Amino acid sequence: MRAKHAPKVMAIASAGGHWVQLMRLVPAWDGCNVIYVTTNPGFRKAVEAAATARTQDKPRFFSVAEANRWQKARLVLSFAQIAWVILTTWPDVIVTTGAAPGFFAVWIGKRLGMRTVWIDSIANAEEISLSGQKVGKHATLWLTQWEHLAQAEGPYYRGSVL
Amino acid sequence: MGTPRAGGRAVLPGVGPLIFLTVGSHEPFDRLVRGVDLWCGAAGKGDQVMGQITARANYRPKHFRSVESLEPEAFSQVFEEAACIVSHAGMGTIISALDSGKPIAVMPRRGHLNETRNDHQYATTRQFADYPGLLVAESEEDLAPTLDRLISLDTTNNAIPRYADTALLGALRSIIHLGGENNGNG
Repeated sequence: MRAKHAPKVMAIASAGGHWVQLMRLVPAWDGCNVIYVTTNPGFRKAVEAAATARTQDKPRFFSVAEANRWQKARLVLSFAQIAWVILTTWPDVIVTTGAAPGFFAVWIGKRLGMRTVWIDSIANAEEISLSGQKVGKHATLWLTQWEHLAQAEGPYYRGSVL
Repeated sequence: MGTPRAGGRAVLPGVGPLIFLTVGSHEPFDRLVRGVDLWCGAAGKGDQVMGQITARANYRPKHFRSVESLEPEAFSQVFEEAACIVSHAGMGTIISALDSGKPIAVMPRRGHLNETRNDHQYATTRQFADYPGLLVAESEEDLAPTLDRLISLDTTNNAIPRYADTALLGALRSIIHLGGENNGNG
């Protein structure tokens, strides 16, 4: 159940490890109006089941193109799709665990005045990801999951998904 | 009891796998697949292993069943049915194994072998070296003894909590609710 004017939260991550980490943050947006974005349409049922298990309203779900840094055309497509979803859903807050889709979402969301959170993947135990280094300082909140990587001006350490 | 699982056994005819090998959904990891295959041949464990090895895998296992990819639901089902997991050192698989209390053996992809763009998986194995229920094979030479240890591990469920640190969830909640109510867009 959510209040009439509950915050609208976009939770976005590419499929794979980034998504597994995002799914461990689900309680953070209990009671919110939730929009999931990922790169595998097969995750729709999982997020709907997760919402039901926590007696939450059915979230919205969008799948966008998967692209790595070498696939320029797919990156452009992915950027356009994410921009479209953000513009048409207009979230209050964007939360991401990476990678490319989260990078785009934070970059776009920041320009639209939305609150943004970049949580660097727990897989980056020795250095912050390249994406995080580039987009982290644009995020409202920039987090690392490793205390030894935290810095005074960000990223901060506030615990991990484990 | 339990819910029906229509179609689940279509992926796995016959007995369910005791050991699920996954290399992640993106890049092949021939070195790991070959290592597990050699172990299966030598130890006679092939019929207990099910592998997910990606479409671009060059090495095709001779001793165990494999598929290129699994849709999320099928993946979850195979994962759930497995007694233990063998995988690259990707955090998604590691977290999923810890989350379900299944022992897992990992071998890191290496940057200098162009298996990843950098050595972050190797870093992961160093950080998680002493984690209960997680075994590390640094290279293919370590794989057979590591797999022998894996299948002898106590599989008593010692799953980790399902969700992130409460501190992290709290940090997210405070930023989500910082602006108070939605200003009515949408």
